Amino acid sequence: MSEDISSKVKQLIAERFERSIEEITDDARFNEDLGADSLDTTELMMALEEEFHIEIDDEANSITTVGEAIAYIQKRAAN
Amino acid sequence: MNRVVITGMGVVSPVGNTREAFWNSLVAGRSGIRAVDFVDERTASRIAGIAEDVIPDNVPSKEVKRQGRFILFALEAANQAWNQAGLDINTEDPYRCGALVGTGIGGVQDIEENALRLHEGGPRRVSPLLMVKGLSNMAAGAVAIHFGLQGPNACIVTACATGAQSIAAAANTIRLGQADVMLTGGTEATIIPYGLAAFSAMRALSTRNDTPEKASRPFDRDRDGFVLSEGAGILVLESEAHARQRGAVILAELAGSAETCDAYHPVAPRPDGSGAAAAMRLALRQAGIPPEKVDYCNAHGTSTKLNDAAESLAFLEVFGPAPPPVSSTKSMIGHLLGAAGAVEAVACVLTIRYNTIHPNINYDTPDPECPVNVVANTAREAKVDIAVSNSLGFGGHNATLVFKRYE
Repeated sequence: MSEDISSKVKQLIAERFERSIEEITDDARFNEDLGADSLDTTELMMALEEEFHIEIDDEANSITTVGEAIAYIQKRAAN
Repeated sequence: MNRVVITGMGVVSPVGNTREAFWNSLVAGRSGIRAVDFVDERTASRIAGIAEDVIPDNVPSKEVKRQGRFILFALEAANQAWNQAGLDINTEDPYRCGALVGTGIGGVQDIEENALRLHEGGPRRVSPLLMVKGLSNMAAGAVAIHFGLQGPNACIVTACATGAQSIAAAANTIRLGQADVMLTGGTEATIIPYGLAAFSAMRALSTRNDTPEKASRPFDRDRDGFVLSEGAGILVLESEAHARQRGAVILAELAGSAETCDAYHPVAPRPDGSGAAAAMRLALRQAGIPPEKVDYCNAHGTSTKLNDAAESLAFLEVFGPAPPPVSSTKSMIGHLLGAAGAVEAVACVLTIRYNTIHPNINYDTPDPECPVNVVANTAREAKVDIAVSNSLGFGGHNATLVFKRYE
């Protein structure tokens, strides 16, 4: 399940930010490494909410890397 | 006061997204109006002019996703204009280069989509990009970002006079010496269920759903409303001195402009056309051109009962018994609202360049209420040194631009 979430999240980020899947490493930073601004990341969070049927709370504001996003989704999806 | 010249033009329209395709289609008298299949069949008007395949060169696809449709139209038209003008921002003072790009309604497509998301999914489903894509001034902002224009920048919103008033305001910026170069015009993208329903509801639109190509028939007795359309027109305006100094090809001079307001009714024009007539007279006065020297008038000519009758009286008042030939670009491409005046400005400059007046199609039966000298149905070759373009908007806005051969 968690492997599944990880690859799904990475796939979604690659598509939305128009990057190759190899660039979407766990420590890739949305802003510095993937060229996303705050509007892009907010849109990404909305897309993740829809994809995983979860509600992302304010805690997500501190998410800056791909790995942090995956960990957050895994935690929420487990609840 | 600096003289203002045109050195570049771009167009996005239902009859093509290059100057050549646009002009060839107009001269051939081809209609760009089609039936639309994505609206509820209870919508009174289900026909429109749709701009196809608009993907601006050199705008990354990731960026395309962040732009509203009306913004993409503006970027595409601006690209064409900028390239024709041969400008290089690296050799310009960026604070002397500006953008004044208007829109009548702005990003209504994204507003509609997000209103539905709000209704169906609640506030958390509203996109953080809504304001980026939807605010009316974002076309002017996006053009500035794309070309690095750090000078004067604004968005004028005066309904169907938007395109012409934007060009007039940009020209004034140059006349006053506040900028050397202005990208200016209008853009519009309202062919969505909301747009068609709203203009249908006020009974402004043609309901000739079975014969879309016959629907827009300005000055014809059997006209029954305008046809909603979309696209963009952008001009590069420069001071004459700046254009000459860099050796630019000058396409025409924008010799005069004027604006008046009917101050009469929210959407109906003054029936005697006096507000529109005043705009024409004042624009010609600024240009220093007597009415009898005008070779061609590109009418606002929407194909509504009220507009065409009032505008006809305005022509009569200004030009008297021997009026210049008149045609309405809208007979072929429909009404581009906030982009109309800008796209029609492109048509006027091409008229001067090619000495050809495009026709007013679907002019089958003259209307005694429209005593105008209509260029009916087929193009006409004529020496055109002076072309006048009218734009009359809901809100009572009247704007006239006067284009002159540059010699």
